[in-house]
Amino acid sequence: MTQYMLSVHTVEGVENYMNEEAMQAAFKAVDEFNQELQAVGAWVFGCGLHPANTATVVDGTKDETLITDGPFAESKEQLGGFWVIEAADLDAALDWAAKGSKACAQPVEVRPLQGE
Amino acid sequence: MQHQQADSAAIARVFREESGRVIAGLVRRFGDIDLAEEAVQEAFIAAAQLWPTDGLPPNPGGWITTVARNRVIDRLRREALRPDRSKESAMLYQPGEPADTGAVSDDRLRLIFTCCHPALAAPSRVALTLRLLGGLETPEIAAAFLVSEPTMAQRIVRAKAKIKAANIPYRVPGDAELPDRVRGVLAVIYLIFNEGHRASSGEGLVREDLCAEAIRLARVLVSLMPDEPEAVGLLALLLLTHSRSAARTAPDGSMVALAEQDRSLWDTSLIAEGHSLVRACLRRNQPGPYQVQAAINAVHADAATAADTDWRQIVQLYDQLLVLAPSPVVALNRAAAVAEIDGPDVALAAIDALDLETYQPYHAVRADLLRRLGRTDDAAAAYRRASELSTNPVERDFLDRRLAALLHHD
Repeated sequence: MTQYMLSVHTVEGVENYMNEEAMQAAFKAVDEFNQELQAVGAWVFGCGLHPANTATVVDGTKDETLITDGPFAESKEQLGGFWVIEAADLDAALDWAAKGSKACAQPVEVRPLQGE
Repeated sequence: MQHQQADSAAIARVFREESGRVIAGLVRRFGDIDLAEEAVQEAFIAAAQLWPTDGLPPNPGGWITTVARNRVIDRLRREALRPDRSKESAMLYQPGEPADTGAVSDDRLRLIFTCCHPALAAPSRVALTLRLLGGLETPEIAAAFLVSEPTMAQRIVRAKAKIKAANIPYRVPGDAELPDRVRGVLAVIYLIFNEGHRASSGEGLVREDLCAEAIRLARVLVSLMPDEPEAVGLLALLLLTHSRSAARTAPDGSMVALAEQDRSLWDTSLIAEGHSLVRACLRRNQPGPYQVQAAINAVHADAATAADTDWRQIVQLYDQLLVLAPSPVVALNRAAAVAEIDGPDVALAAIDALDLETYQPYHAVRADLLRRLGRTDDAAAAYRRASELSTNPVERDFLDRRLAALLHHD
């Protein structure tokens, strides 16, 4: 078994959903997807994130800890939410990602977690 | 049993023939590509030490398999004694067959689906398959793709790292994924065949084992997916191309162009099989790039002499191919056929704008067109450029002889 992060990226200035109705439908679909992950034991963790403008960067690599406003990378694309799942192999993870992508109506990036 | 001469060429030949099979078997058993590759390398190093004095064993592939397998087991045992590695070793060492979702139980086919996984970049898929299944060395793969050796080496290392980290499965995909996955596999098999057909290094023009390997894999795919017309088309294309291999090389080892080949040397049974597959594709009427290329080769095979070639039909098929799979190489081949109908000047105008500066056949075709137009100096320059770009000694010799003949006539 391998753990994978399925991440959803938002693009600044682009509304993820056409309207309130579409957004509610996506929330409901994601909720069902989460339940399915949990029911079969594939679920490790998952959540949505507040927008990138709520992020704070802490740099403790110098003598003095530096705290700055904003996300780590100034980019139009930011992490919007993610799941961590457990799957037999990449094909199984890609199947989950396809379902997750349908549910949240966004592309999903799949990355393996480093082994424990 | 008489001992065969076991010089370095013989060992290299065994490596080419056997390494893919042995690696695939070890990957199935131990689940680790690097481990399998290293063990096979070590087995061949052992062979290079023993065989020159002991002679070739009766079953060199079996010998390599046994030695490589023992190397893996030794190594896993050693690592299991080290506490930090015991967990990984225990995970790796799972004897027995992994569950199969497909109908095929050929280790190499499993491995080819791993190598051709869509999570890998297209160039990596081809490179990995050639390296792991075709037993090609990195420099040969680099030459086949017109990239530098370090670039290709890095591409292969990264692809293997991704297979391991992302846990890309080692199996034939299930029915739902199969059609998509098979397209990638077809592209890879075609490139393996081409590498064999026009080997980038080595003495011979045709590396029979690679062509045979590509045909064998294409046959397995067709038997697995009889309803995949492009798999059938690919097999037909390979068979029809391969049918001419005996005529492509003169007794002295030099290369013979299609128009000058002794057609009585063409393999009629391969042609018959290729033709019947092309007819089956036509009946199905779901054309694709491989099927159309097979049809082009079927038209060549139909012509008793070069003069009998139905060039109009060939140009029509190239037109269809340009729609299905537009590329400058297809445009170049189409132009070469156009030259036979409309003359070399029309063809030359058609290829002038193509961006194929580093593509050897481009300069060879151009040289031939210029020669026919009587532009000797330009033709000579183009032959020289083609010869420079050729990585195959037999092909280079062919181009140099063309150049010499051109200058001699002048």
